[in-house]
Amino acid sequence: MSDAPPLVVADQLTKYFPLPGGRKVHAVDQVTLTIHEKEVVGLVGESGSGKSTLGKTLVGLHARTSGTASYRGETLPQRYQPEDFRRWAKKTQMIFQDPYSSLNPRMTVGEIVGEGLKLHSTYSATEIRDRAGEWLRRVGLEPDHMSRYPHEFSGGQRQRIGIARALILEPEFVVCDEPISALDVSVQAQVVNLLDELKASMGLTLLFIAHDLSMVRYVSDRMAVMYLGVLVEIGPASDVFFSPKHPYTQILVASNPEPDPLRERHRRSETIAGEIPSPVDVPAGCRFAGRCPKAMDICRSETPRLLPVADTPGRQVACHLFTT
Amino acid sequence: MTVVQTQDVGEGSPLLEVDDLRVEFDTYGGSVKAVRGVSFSVAAGKTLAIVGESGCGKSVTVQSLMGLTPMPPGRITSGRARLRGVDILGRKEIDGREIRGREIGMIFQDPMTSLNPTMTIGRQIAETLEVHRGWSRKRALDRAVELLDMVRIPEATQRANQYPFEFSGGMLQRAMIAMAIACEPAILIADEPTTALDVTIQAQVLDLLSDLQRDSGTAIILITHDLGVVARMADDVVVMYAGQVAERGSVEDVFYRSAHPYMLGLRAAMPSSTSDRAHRLLPIEGSPPDLFSPPTGCAYAARCPHAMRICSTRDPAPSDLGNGHLARCWLHSENAPRVEALDYGAGRPASGLTSGLPA
Repeated sequence: MSDAPPLVVADQLTKYFPLPGGRKVHAVDQVTLTIHEKEVVGLVGESGSGKSTLGKTLVGLHARTSGTASYRGETLPQRYQPEDFRRWAKKTQMIFQDPYSSLNPRMTVGEIVGEGLKLHSTYSATEIRDRAGEWLRRVGLEPDHMSRYPHEFSGGQRQRIGIARALILEPEFVVCDEPISALDVSVQAQVVNLLDELKASMGLTLLFIAHDLSMVRYVSDRMAVMYLGVLVEIGPASDVFFSPKHPYTQILVASNPEPDPLRERHRRSETIAGEIPSPVDVPAGCRFAGRCPKAMDICRSETPRLLPVADTPGRQVACHLFTT
Repeated sequence: MTVVQTQDVGEGSPLLEVDDLRVEFDTYGGSVKAVRGVSFSVAAGKTLAIVGESGCGKSVTVQSLMGLTPMPPGRITSGRARLRGVDILGRKEIDGREIRGREIGMIFQDPMTSLNPTMTIGRQIAETLEVHRGWSRKRALDRAVELLDMVRIPEATQRANQYPFEFSGGMLQRAMIAMAIACEPAILIADEPTTALDVTIQAQVLDLLSDLQRDSGTAIILITHDLGVVARMADDVVVMYAGQVAERGSVEDVFYRSAHPYMLGLRAAMPSSTSDRAHRLLPIEGSPPDLFSPPTGCAYAARCPHAMRICSTRDPAPSDLGNGHLARCWLHSENAPRVEALDYGAGRPASGLTSGLPA
């Protein structure tokens, strides 16, 4: 996997949102991330850590503030123009979190699923309808559901519609932004297995954003952890989950309750005081230093860089504990 | 915090007993049978978790105990709920003590929408004490600050003067816990208290609830869909499906000796810490039944991999598996064929239907 050129590369990718008064939200700050072809990279972090913004910036839904993003070695536009979307939407797509608000309630399911082809292909209306019907079947719905409206479907079925809409253009890279968070446990597995099948049959590359650590570990090849706009740790998913290096990842894993009463009873979570600070006035030095149980003086003055960890192949951690 | 009065409840005898509760909602399309014969009990100082997917009736069950179900359209068609032996269904108070707020405190799922945005946090907590205990404004407000401190809100004095929008989600949930425990209720009902929170904040709130329970002996009824939260918090578990109790028992029995195919299915649908990617998740296919016209047989039969002919024609009665472990499934009937647990995956703790605790 490491010999082939990467599919998606974010280099020092930064996205700030301006606020009145010249201040800005540091949503994503100098994130460098490489995603290889046919790889699933899981992205975890608390709400407000910038994971959705990173995903949206990679598919052109946000303009970059600085840094670059490239696809098969070609630099992606800084701010997408209509012709850029026309070109890149066939390669990169997104599946959204909330299956209730991400489908237009006034469009039929057939129109929703077929819209991508209508905009980005030369197919006739009949061909588009046929393909939309075929895609509904591929995601486990019926082709004759095409004339129905989103409100007639359950959450899991709507998420399948969202998947069909994203995949009908046969993209190579798909950002899945919390695709299962809004679903019941029994339905989550249906959607995860569907994504898994489609990934295998289409050779998809996925950025899987979620906050459920167990599920991310299960679906991902590599796991990346974000905190307050920066990447603090990345590595093979099971390694990050079972032997987290960064103090934040350690706390995240320790806070994740598992469906196993005996284990849970003997584990007192290492809860951390406090909450994720505002991304407007980001602290100097390490962004986690204020909540970190192992913070040192250097952490409050110098920003740690994401560097490889000795003796653990594929792991990178942004923490002074591993550099000093 | 002072110890809640539980002296009139003997050791081990239940504080709250719910028996065959049935709730329906009348709508234009007919009546929805939301709760169809639910029974459980909770003892002082213990935590009972009620789990199930959206629409299974878990919230309606506790809301009707507290008189929070709007009637009409809601209707309690049968059943009893006794608090220290006194029936509370449809009643507002016992011996002059109001049930809602005083005997039973409640924490709601979404702290953002459950608090009054135009009142300071301190006043909202104080109001409970003024209403239920007749305390003066000053005394109630002082106590509100103490309570905020108890739920670990830093700078409680200043925070008490702030409005909900000035609090983060985690802090609002703590403020709501402070409000719920203000009158030292015997039972605390927490309806999905951490669903809207991040895992690190969830851990803080769950630890807070455990600590409060240890100090005060309050019984907690925890409603959740997260089996991880159940494993962490519960002594006993009620698994609800389509308005009924599918399985009930101690947390060990329900997790390690799961006896209902629905509970087995839920566990197989989740990645465990030991399962690897070579082992696929087993989803529960299909969706829960329509509660306008519940099926005549077992509500889970249409999705159940073990379903037999009888399952779709006759509703099973709960089978007692010992130690208070009940499962509503025909497989536990004397006449049922012996079933090998489905292969719910290697690497999981041995469990289910016929097998025992993990080695």
